[in-house]
Amino acid sequence: MMEEVKEVTSTLSVDRHNINVTEVLKDGDSLTFLIVSQKLSGTGEYHVARAYDDFEWLQQHLFSQEDVPGIQGVIFPPLPAKAQVNASAKVMKQLGFLGLGEWQPYCKALETFLRQIAAHSILSKNKAVEIFLTSSDPPGRQRVRKNIFNRLSQAVEEKRKEGHKDVDQFFQTERDHNLVLAGCAKTAAERFLDVVQTEQKIAVACGHFSAALHLCVEPGEDSDKQAFSKACVKLSEVFDSMKKNMTSVAENNVSTLGLGLDLESRYQEAEKEMLFRRTCKLVELESARRNAEKAKPVKKAAMEEVKKAAETEFDHICGVAKQEIARFQGARVEMLQQALVQWCEKQLLTAKESAEQFNQHLQALRGMA
Amino acid sequence: MATSSERSPPPFPDSEDQDVLDSEEVGGRDSDEDDGEDLFMSASNPPMTEMDTTLPTASQPTDVLMKPPSNIMDEPLIEPVSSQTENKPVNEVVSEPSDDFVDLTNNVTDSPDEAVAAESAIADAAKDTTEIPLDEPSDEFEDIFGSENEALQEEVVVANVTVEAATDNSGVTSGVTDTPGDGKTGSDDEQEAKETATDPIVDLGDDLPASVAQQPPPAREKCFDPLVDLLSDAPPAAAASIPSRATVDLFEDEGTDLFTEPRQTKSAMQQQKSLFGEPDEDLFGEPLGATSKKTISKEQDKPVKTKAASHVSNIGGPLQDNSRAEPPDIFTEEAVTTLPSITSTSTVNSKTNGVQSEEEADIFSKATVELSLDSPRGERRKDVTAKPSASALSQSAAASLAKPQSAALEELEEEEEEEQGDKFDIFVSVKDPEKIGDGMNAYMAYKLTTETQLAMFRNKTFTVRRRFSDFLGLYEKLSEKHGPNGFIVPPPPEKSILGMTKVKVGKEDSSSADFVERRRAALERYLQRVVNHPSLLQDPDVREFLEREELPRAVSTQALSGAGFLKMINKATDAVSKMTIKMNESDVWFEEKLQEVESADQHFRKLHALVESLVIHRKELSLNTANFAKSTAMLGSAEDNTALSRALSQLAEVEDKMEQLHQEQAANDTFNFAELIADYIRLLGAVRATFDHRMKAWQRWQDAQGALQKKRETEAKLLWANKPDKLQLAKEEIAEWEAKVTQYERDFERVSATVRKEVLRFEKEKAKNFKREIMNYLACLLQSQQQLIKYWEAFLPEAKAIA
Repeated sequence: MMEEVKEVTSTLSVDRHNINVTEVLKDGDSLTFLIVSQKLSGTGEYHVARAYDDFEWLQQHLFSQEDVPGIQGVIFPPLPAKAQVNASAKVMKQLGFLGLGEWQPYCKALETFLRQIAAHSILSKNKAVEIFLTSSDPPGRQRVRKNIFNRLSQAVEEKRKEGHKDVDQFFQTERDHNLVLAGCAKTAAERFLDVVQTEQKIAVACGHFSAALHLCVEPGEDSDKQAFSKACVKLSEVFDSMKKNMTSVAENNVSTLGLGLDLESRYQEAEKEMLFRRTCKLVELESARRNAEKAKPVKKAAMEEVKKAAETEFDHICGVAKQEIARFQGARVEMLQQALVQWCEKQLLTAKESAEQFNQHLQALRGMA
Repeated sequence: MATSSERSPPPFPDSEDQDVLDSEEVGGRDSDEDDGEDLFMSASNPPMTEMDTTLPTASQPTDVLMKPPSNIMDEPLIEPVSSQTENKPVNEVVSEPSDDFVDLTNNVTDSPDEAVAAESAIADAAKDTTEIPLDEPSDEFEDIFGSENEALQEEVVVANVTVEAATDNSGVTSGVTDTPGDGKTGSDDEQEAKETATDPIVDLGDDLPASVAQQPPPAREKCFDPLVDLLSDAPPAAAASIPSRATVDLFEDEGTDLFTEPRQTKSAMQQQKSLFGEPDEDLFGEPLGATSKKTISKEQDKPVKTKAASHVSNIGGPLQDNSRAEPPDIFTEEAVTTLPSITSTSTVNSKTNGVQSEEEADIFSKATVELSLDSPRGERRKDVTAKPSASALSQSAAASLAKPQSAALEELEEEEEEEQGDKFDIFVSVKDPEKIGDGMNAYMAYKLTTETQLAMFRNKTFTVRRRFSDFLGLYEKLSEKHGPNGFIVPPPPEKSILGMTKVKVGKEDSSSADFVERRRAALERYLQRVVNHPSLLQDPDVREFLEREELPRAVSTQALSGAGFLKMINKATDAVSKMTIKMNESDVWFEEKLQEVESADQHFRKLHALVESLVIHRKELSLNTANFAKSTAMLGSAEDNTALSRALSQLAEVEDKMEQLHQEQAANDTFNFAELIADYIRLLGAVRATFDHRMKAWQRWQDAQGALQKKRETEAKLLWANKPDKLQLAKEEIAEWEAKVTQYERDFERVSATVRKEVLRFEKEKAKNFKREIMNYLACLLQSQQQLIKYWEAFLPEAKAIA
């Protein structure tokens, strides 16, 4: 596929801040995402349709850039789990916030994923990114071979190597810290998801109540009856605005802090993966060193070479990893801050609107007397 | 004398009861019934149809003279049993001047022998009094009584029992006693004392065979208590009322005996009369003295017949009903006339001519002792007396009574209600639920504080402790008393075995605390509804419940306990009656209302389920928010970036506060809506019950009509077969059933009117209540939103400060 690339440039031809996943198309069980990106050169836009498999393809390509030194030290932007129409409960749980609503949060997450890649100094250089964003044809659907970064194999080795003592104090602290933070972020995201889901339930319940109140309206000219009917209608309106209020509160939660926490949680996982890859390399290096020491003179030279190669690679990884971690720490604080500020502002706005509405209802009700 | 015979109560159901219950009296009574019948028949020489016309005219022009004849007609037909129990308290009051009242009654209960002596004595006394010409005393009595009552009534309006007023009255009344008595008062007093001696015996004899162990004591207690109060609180007032009563008794006794004598009945019959006839006269003779004959028969019919009906339905113990229900009645007459009764009497005044209404007012304003007493009954009776008198004035026939009657009733009661509506200065709070005892015998006690401006209560505020079953007991009493009359008795919260068991087991978790709080609030609303009801507030049981330190333990609540059980029974009976009773509803209003009530019930049930689920979600939200707050705090503590870390712990605090808000909101939903709607579901049940009671009244009426029809057919057959002896009997029976039919029809009209009024009141209350709650709710909602805004506003700078 890479042969088919029209412009094989090292730099991306799209504005990295203007990549949007605008729409999701449902075709049977498959979901297709419409990606619109601003051309860096002129005023035109790229419109491409991509399925989840294409995203996976992109990520695999990024993972397997063996020509880039220290690629394993990169914290790869996390790709959300695969979305499914009529997803099972387990998948939904895995999706978390992204499974809510009509896939808007999911699109948002994909968008963030693409932007992060486009903004990444190393990853954006990969041709696959350009192809993914600009080629009108889908970049091929064939299975990419699973490599070492596959999550499955990682899970097996994780237990064995995770506890490996690090040689570098910086990485040791970072690993410990990451472990704690990843756990906390995950829990926080899950709890917040519970909150949001309950809010949605309340919104639905308010809607039902509001609808049911309309049934209580009694016909008749009797003043008492009319008063009662009016009260019912008014209450129905109140509950309707309560429903709207709750709905927008839930939406606010999802679109700001919810996505923020979700991203944070996934990024922590990505960092964990990176750190794990580095640890693997470390283990590899250490065994190479031992081998080189113990090696028979015949093999000594070869072993030394392996050791040397491992050492350089590890150094590269460490170098990249340090940069990545520093960048990541800054980015995530900024991201969370933005999420919190936006969240707060939106909720404030909603609360004020609702208060205003309730006040109007109250005045109207008082006026009814 | 068709009207009179129609209205005269049937002797049979009650006499049967008494036959069963009171073996001592069986022989005598039977003979009495027969004699009474004979007497009546002989008296009513003119053909039945003619009497219809003669009666109104006869009774109208001469208030005084015509009454005695009517007495004759009524006496033999008066109910023996129930009226005795009714009379008992009166007689006790009467006998009070003779100081050893308590002793007397106690002795009497112990020694039936004395009673026998007393009976004979009465018979003698009765004979003695027969020589007195009737006209004079009654005439005098009438006049004085009327004017005096005006004064008395006025005083009541101005102030409750002022000592001066009371003494004034006593002076007047003592004068009254002297004039008609002409020295015979002494002997009359004696006679009345003897009466009291006999009556309690009969009462006891009735109650005990009925094997209702608890009943007599409370009944007597009720009699004693008020009397003690009477004596201690306002002796002058008591003195005033008692002599005046004595005069009435005197007068009535004379009348009775005078007219029975000429009939030359046997001595046995006279004894009976003094036993049964006179006591009745004591009670019913008062209005009889002044109002037309129609009133009398009405008066007698109403309480007696309703009681007879309750006898039939209540297998448990008819006498128990009577003895419990009646004493309050009589005491109402001595009770402080509260505003409603005054207003209604004044309306009566405007509608009827002066003497009658004053006489009626007298019933209520006679004694001005502050006793809590059953004024719903009193009021009703007053209404009943008021209407016929009004219609009698217009000389309308009995058949046309119904409409003006109900109209008058409605008018009357609406006025009453409006008066009362703005008036209920009474607030009941239920507080401090406290678990008493351990294990499964534990129960919750609540502190009841009543604040009131009403003069009928002794203090402005008072506090008692009540347990849950006491509340149920109160409801039991109220619904038994007022339910059949078409009143909507507010139902208390159901007994919850599950909820209470949790409390009993002592789990101090939130659900049991929630349960207790819910129940406390429900009880408070329940009581407030009861005291807001103008009629129920007057009930002695309500007052006792609010005021008295120690309440006799409500026993029967176990049966009532399982609301489910009760409902099951109710539903079963409902289903049966709905199947059996096919009421062709003549009144469109009721038909529509019933449908409305049923659909409202459905809607409310749905709403309730929805609100409950909303509340559950809200609680879940608060729980989830708390969890989120916790995890945010954890995240904050794990965070390296100090600004972010601080912001996150701030956020945790904000979320904690929000959790509180959510919790409050859940409570709001619960108490403003879920509980309100639950209350109304219960109330709608009560409303439906009133419809059922109305239907039962209708059914009784229809049954009576059917029976009458049958009797007429038998009569026709007998006529054809030419059997004069049996024909006589058949005619009697027809007369009897005609009376019953009229009576039941009137009952039905009355219940219908009450139901109508109650439903309208219910709707008004409902609209008001809902609106108030919605406003409250909105206010709460607004407040919590504003609180939320504050929280967010406080947090925003923290979030912005992160970078």
